Amino acid sequence: MNKVILSGIFAIGLAFAVLPWLGVPAFWESFLYLLFHWIVLAVSWNILSGYTGYFSFGHGAFFGAGIYGAAYLAGTIGWPFLATLPAAILVAAALGVGLGAVVFRVARVRGELFALLTLAITFVLATIILNTRIDGGPGIYLIGVDIPKLGPSQSASIYMMGLIAAVATLAISYIIYASKFGTGLFAIHDDEDVAEVMGVPTYRYKLYALAVSCGLAGLAGGIHAVFISYVTVSETFSIAVPLSVVLMSILGGSRHWIGPAVGAVFITCLLYFFTSGDYAVFGRAMVGLILVIVILFMPSGVLGMIAQWRRGRSTAAAVTAPPAHETASTAAVVRLANKPAPSTEVLLQVRGLTKAFAGLRAVDNVTLEVRKGEILGLIGPNGSGKSTFINLVSGHFKPTAGEIIFEGQNLAGLDAHRFAQAGIARTYQIPRPFSQMTVLENVAMVAMFGGTGMSRAEATQAAEEFIAFAGLSHRAHALPDDLNLHQRKFLELARALAARPRLLMLDEVLSGLTPSEINEAIEMIQRIRDRGTTIIFVEHVMRAVMALTDRIVVLNYGAMIAQGNATDVMNEESVKAAYLGKAHA
Amino acid sequence: MAFPSLNLLLQSILSGIFIGGMYGLIGLGLGLSWGLLRQINLAHFGFVFLSGYLSYHMVTVWGIDPLLTLLILAPLFFAIGVAQQWLLSRFKISPFNSLLVTFGFTVMIESLIQYVWTADFRKLQSTYGEEKFKIGGLFVPVPELLTLLLAILLAFAVWAAMRFTDIGKAMRAMAEDGPIAAAFGINQRLLSLLLSGVCVAFAAIAGVCFALTFTLTPTQIFSWVGVVFAVVMLGGLGSAIGPLVAGIIIGVSEAIAMVLFAPSWAPIVSFSLLILMLLFRPGRA
Repeated sequence: MNKVILSGIFAIGLAFAVLPWLGVPAFWESFLYLLFHWIVLAVSWNILSGYTGYFSFGHGAFFGAGIYGAAYLAGTIGWPFLATLPAAILVAAALGVGLGAVVFRVARVRGELFALLTLAITFVLATIILNTRIDGGPGIYLIGVDIPKLGPSQSASIYMMGLIAAVATLAISYIIYASKFGTGLFAIHDDEDVAEVMGVPTYRYKLYALAVSCGLAGLAGGIHAVFISYVTVSETFSIAVPLSVVLMSILGGSRHWIGPAVGAVFITCLLYFFTSGDYAVFGRAMVGLILVIVILFMPSGVLGMIAQWRRGRSTAAAVTAPPAHETASTAAVVRLANKPAPSTEVLLQVRGLTKAFAGLRAVDNVTLEVRKGEILGLIGPNGSGKSTFINLVSGHFKPTAGEIIFEGQNLAGLDAHRFAQAGIARTYQIPRPFSQMTVLENVAMVAMFGGTGMSRAEATQAAEEFIAFAGLSHRAHALPDDLNLHQRKFLELARALAARPRLLMLDEVLSGLTPSEINEAIEMIQRIRDRGTTIIFVEHVMRAVMALTDRIVVLNYGAMIAQGNATDVMNEESVKAAYLGKAHA
Repeated sequence: MAFPSLNLLLQSILSGIFIGGMYGLIGLGLGLSWGLLRQINLAHFGFVFLSGYLSYHMVTVWGIDPLLTLLILAPLFFAIGVAQQWLLSRFKISPFNSLLVTFGFTVMIESLIQYVWTADFRKLQSTYGEEKFKIGGLFVPVPELLTLLLAILLAFAVWAAMRFTDIGKAMRAMAEDGPIAAAFGINQRLLSLLLSGVCVAFAAIAGVCFALTFTLTPTQIFSWVGVVFAVVMLGGLGSAIGPLVAGIIIGVSEAIAMVLFAPSWAPIVSFSLLILMLLFRPGRA
């Protein structure tokens, strides 16, 4: 976290705080207030939707909950206004968390569905408020409400409240952006399933982000209630709020902490100067046109474009000089341990593990154990249940029946991130890196969340070592899309290692590699084991299975048909039959 | 909650069916482009209103019969749909960004309408606009009946086309897996242009019906978004008959809610249905 940026936010805030005492005209106070208002709304929207990729069209609902929270308490019941603001924050945040607690349980509610669901919530909330005593139809007046004196005049006081909210929102946005929490949110954005398997508590993180986002929208609403001093359902819950904040964030760049603020300033100025006077209609049309042009020509927003341009320059400089010793075998080896003696101690015990998909038993009553320090080969024909087995032991699938006992603790039924925290890591057959993070960020992210977890600074340092181990140092700042398959496979490995797992599951790491690349990979897997990591090795390349494994387990149609020493197992009749078919003659 | 008379209840169920026909007619084109082209075309609502205003203009200023305006507007909007699809595919717009781009179009259309026809209320006056007849104590307004019939006709025409014609089968294949369909010789580009044209032409037809039935005002554009989205999602994306059925279900339940409680409670029905469906059957979309 950069202290300079944080103090910068507060310094600029202080500079703006002096304005009311310099005798600025009230017009500027209310204009700047509107600017702050939209900054709070856009930036708070971005904390959930920009960071995690869950686009919400329900920001109007949370904003409206804040407005009506404050308006009802101050205007109708007569609370002192300042006391209504925390209430507005709480009401909006509670609404968001209540919604999220239900919605995020449904794994398929993502993307467009989440957006529509939040839009629908807005209409439902508006209908309820309109038809109950909260509003009842005529709207609520806040003319008589006493506003705390924060400035020389009433408009200055509202200005000051807007300013404080904007500074707080920007600071929170930056702190989250630069924290481990923020990294987890970005991982959810890129690939939520992988993030969970790598140790990010996705459900909890989404709820936290939603709570912060909604709470800040509620605050903006509460303050806005006194600014407009007369609130109605049709104005509050109009489609303008959710669409404006989306537009502002996309325009500024929704992957950046300050992007939405840039967009908010731009759009607010545009609307203000165009829509006052005779050209209001053209102003709106202009906003529409700008939205179209922005999405067509720069879908990652202004700050996204700048970031791309800067990254383009830095990688152009870095890629030109690949290291002389490019191969992984000569790269620096981290904390190389002595080869452990073969052990009889059980690390993982799987009992009666079963996974049924609508009748099909992809894994059927498998019982096996993995001993500390060994490489266990898991083989079987395509469709025999190897990948499902890995998905079960990494927690991605919840078993239909059975136990997964890792170091004495039964993990079956827990969320995937608990598996990662317990010390289990995996690679994906088809590499699934976080596409918007650089190689270094990808590995650091896993170091932060896997196993016992590290702070962001420690994780970045550790990530550099693991990248060197995988021979990717010269590509540390490249995006995964710019890597070739071989490099992406090694990134998968580096990322799994960064979790410092005690059990590592390698899912067909060798497929698609050339023979010389396979040799390199085999050597690397041996070095991983030499460091004391136990490995489950799923592979079709039999040469590698024979060279690496201590024992193998054969699956067929989800059931275990053989286990033991590699050479013996491969000679068993049932195994031959599974691979080659039975002779019926 | 005062219990209404049977006649009132039946009359409101009937008007629910009619409004459901309108929902279904608007939802048909929207759902097709969403399900088959993976584009959430918010501008669909803009096109409905633009067509409604154009029809209004032709009828009141030029004195053309409202149904004849269909013959002019449908081809015109077909061309607009083709142009829009060309633009969106040219820039390889993702489903989410299509929502934002077409929102931009909608805002522009809204401004255009406001500039040409002002924000005042406009009502298309035609010979059969006010006509209604009575069956067994129930009033049946002609424009609403026309809308419902058109909605049923188009829904079944699309259903039959999808099922029995080569183009329809090719479209379903394209929706399933575009690149694979293309590898088997389906001209994806042409089909997308065609489909988008048809969807927007449906918007034009819905617009004419809308102008016959409702009072026009530009700010109304967005007030239909929510409920029609609910209809499309309930009916199933890319389905021909689904939106009509869902539209009638929502229309009737809204109408009943209006009689039993108060008209202002109506929106909660469609959105509660939508929320329940998203939560319990998210696989539908």
